[in-house]
Amino acid sequence: MIPPTFDYLVPATLPEAIALLHEHGDEAKVLAGGHSLIPAMRLRFAEPSHLIDISHIPGLDYVREEGGFLKIGTMAREVVLEDLPWISERYPLLVDTTKMIADPQVRNLATVGGNLAHGDPANDHPATMLAYRAEIEITGASGARIVPIDEFFTDFFTTALEHGEILTEIRIPIPPSRSGGCYLKVERKVGDYAAAAVAVQLSLAADGSIEQAGIGLTNVAALPTRAVDAENALRGQQPSDALFAQAGQLAADASSPADDLRGSAEYKLTLIRELIQRALRRSVERAQGRS
Amino acid sequence: MSKHSITIEINGESFTQEVDSRKLLIHFLRDDLALTGTHIGCDTSSCGACTILLNGKSIKACTFFAVQANNQKIETIEGVEQGGQLHPLQEGFHQEHGLQCGFCTPGMIMRGKELLEKNPNPTEEEIRWGISGNLCRCTGYSNIIKSIQYAANKLNEKQEEAA
Repeated sequence: MIPPTFDYLVPATLPEAIALLHEHGDEAKVLAGGHSLIPAMRLRFAEPSHLIDISHIPGLDYVREEGGFLKIGTMAREVVLEDLPWISERYPLLVDTTKMIADPQVRNLATVGGNLAHGDPANDHPATMLAYRAEIEITGASGARIVPIDEFFTDFFTTALEHGEILTEIRIPIPPSRSGGCYLKVERKVGDYAAAAVAVQLSLAADGSIEQAGIGLTNVAALPTRAVDAENALRGQQPSDALFAQAGQLAADASSPADDLRGSAEYKLTLIRELIQRALRRSVERAQGRS
Repeated sequence: MSKHSITIEINGESFTQEVDSRKLLIHFLRDDLALTGTHIGCDTSSCGACTILLNGKSIKACTFFAVQANNQKIETIEGVEQGGQLHPLQEGFHQEHGLQCGFCTPGMIMRGKELLEKNPNPTEEEIRWGISGNLCRCTGYSNIIKSIQYAANKLNEKQEEAA
């Protein structure tokens, strides 16, 4: 379990980090919290020639509301989201998600950006960012570009990040009033990857009907999955158990889980059907200010 | 492979040493500095036996390179006792029988330390969530929770006396 050899580089600025990525080719990797990369290196699934540690670059660990977005800097660690009371109040889906990731020691180091950039469909933030309709800021030598989350995950463990680029910011549109969300995950034990998990973000119209719905699914396909048909079925409707059951079925239809140690495909589809209904109920309660 | 000269403050003492970039912090502590109180359990960041404090925050030393700790402050179980006096957490684990084989104990105590610093009056549930990254295969956890509660009470008493 000793990782392969590599060169370790500590840039002082973002442009310097990007220049190092270009200089050292596609065997160079960015090191942020390291809690996906270092385990992969120890198992020799990843053998980067160079690690470019961005954790000492000042000013990348912010979490703030600005210009209509909640902006999360690439070095913001999971623990920061748990510790900020205003995040818990205004972004319950985000905090629910963070609290289900690994354990406190891991969350002291792991970053939200890394959780996304790793491109693992078993990670928790991808589904949440799908539900929030987040945007990802990617910075390369020629400047920054914005990628909608729907275009960010391109294949199994593959994202829109090109060689020489760094994920620099996550942008979550600030939810309107009467919004609520929730993340529900079934795991075999605390800190495990999900057998299945669902992220729901809703906003209600003045008459109580569902105005907007975002639904992301974790670990039930090769890519983080948006349950588009379920979202469409909810939009414009009054919340009801029958509607939620229909959405649960549509979300299960959007899933293609595999049999593995965490359960059979059939079991995971059952989980999705049920978790969606529970998450929708709780999200509506939160949007109505009842919990 | 790159070699790096690193300087780390460990339990208040400064250490400067040359390390390979790939040397994990846990191996640096145990093999290079003979600080063997921090244990290696699962070696895959699951069990928490290697928990130490990095700038006051609990982390797993098996999933962190020694070079990443350059110019940082580390506290290990060896630094918890002060002037021959057990820390209230150590006393708690003793009084409440919070260990049997003792393998997980250094990690539990280091984790407990950050937990109580952030939340001096944790509920039982908060303690259970708080130590969810630390595995114990002997105690069934109940006595570990009592040990941390013992330490919380003791630390709060000390605080009141000082006030």
